[in-house]
Amino acid sequence: MSEMKKIKNLKDFSTSADRFEGANLLCPGCAHSIIVREVLNATNDDLILAASTGCLEVCTAVYPYTSWDASWIHIGFENGSSAVAGAEAMYKALKTKGRLKQPDRVPKFVAFGGDGATYDIGFQWISGCFERGHNMMYVCLDNEVYANTGGQRSSSTPIGASATTTPAGRVSYGEKRNKKDMMAIMAAHGAPYVAQVAPNKWKDMVAKIQKGFAAEGPVYINAMSACTTEWKFAPEDTISISDLATDSLVFPLYEIIDGTKLNITYRPKNIVPVRDYLGAQGRFKHLFTKQYDYLIDEWQTRVDAKWDYLQRREEASV
Amino acid sequence: MEKKGWDGFEIGAMLRTFDGAVSDIATTLPENRPYSQSSSFTASVADWRIEKPLFNKDYCIDCQFCWVYCPDMSIISRDKKMIGIDFDHCKGCGICVQVCPTNPKSLLMFPEQKDEESALAEWPKKEKKDQAEEPKED
Repeated sequence: MSEMKKIKNLKDFSTSADRFEGANLLCPGCAHSIIVREVLNATNDDLILAASTGCLEVCTAVYPYTSWDASWIHIGFENGSSAVAGAEAMYKALKTKGRLKQPDRVPKFVAFGGDGATYDIGFQWISGCFERGHNMMYVCLDNEVYANTGGQRSSSTPIGASATTTPAGRVSYGEKRNKKDMMAIMAAHGAPYVAQVAPNKWKDMVAKIQKGFAAEGPVYINAMSACTTEWKFAPEDTISISDLATDSLVFPLYEIIDGTKLNITYRPKNIVPVRDYLGAQGRFKHLFTKQYDYLIDEWQTRVDAKWDYLQRREEASV
Repeated sequence: MEKKGWDGFEIGAMLRTFDGAVSDIATTLPENRPYSQSSSFTASVADWRIEKPLFNKDYCIDCQFCWVYCPDMSIISRDKKMIGIDFDHCKGCGICVQVCPTNPKSLLMFPEQKDEESALAEWPKKEKKDQAEEPKED
């Protein structure tokens, strides 16, 4: 097994040579590439990557260019996970037969998918990969909307968000259903490591990615990716919106080990009201009228209840 | 290599990022990499910008926040020091300016046509922390 890259502080981290190139066509201020950089720079090992259809895939592989300095494959919307699982199975087979050209180099297998490819379209494939127990990492870039095709709702879109297929207007406040709890679903597969990360907490993120790389078996990472275009905020605010999301506990940062033991990895010093998080984004601006006040209160209650639940689970370690 | 048209490609074609062999990409810095013309590193998105960030190294504390949060790999850091901005790949989003913790900021947004010399000359001075309280002291 190759040694884990040592990253003590941000200055250490900044000596990494990026394996993801600029002049990709992601929007200015897109959190996707911040997450991709933090994942790829967490290791010095060889990488075998796949991306499901989504913003990341269409923007980094536009003919005649590729933005990846590692083996990278795209097949379909649903099967980024099984493409990497196939490569991993091939690697194992060649290793058993002793036909690897460089047996001392142990590559890492990572699949990237958006929330559409993870929560909806690719769900069956991911579930299959986790059931078979491939030694791979699946990173979901969760921006809560099908941003690539124009902002349709996905099953990750939270209540009250205005998306193009659930628009807010005279009769509707937008999305009616709450976000699917993907973390719990993936942990229920018995995966050795499942974690939620955010790009603004880079150290927490890098530590979790390295734990994921060290684990044997399928690893699921749910990465919050603030979308400047569909969440409707200015491109320079990506990090401050992400800060609001983690500090208001809308995106609590935690990990689940072996499907049972839950650890909270980030506790904000000052918990920000959910109202501030919602108010910073254009997709929730219709909620700030008197008739929808109750929705914001419900949001706060739900977030508090979830945080309470996480803390109780951590304490009981079940 | 000559560029093929959209219909000149076979199904399942592969684009190579590098011309020739690179033994270990993770430890090779961009300036030492033999990029092929298929790598987007050889392309530019400079025309996306309306405003560009400019860097004043007098105030920089090399915290590397700008490096880690840059979505376009456009902050150039070598040997733990921030040395400049890659204007071929910067899209002008302004995240680096937002996350810069120094006072005054060592990165600021300027109009695209602004030259660096005059920007540095008119760089704001250090702001006093409690300006609101100043009148009371008088």
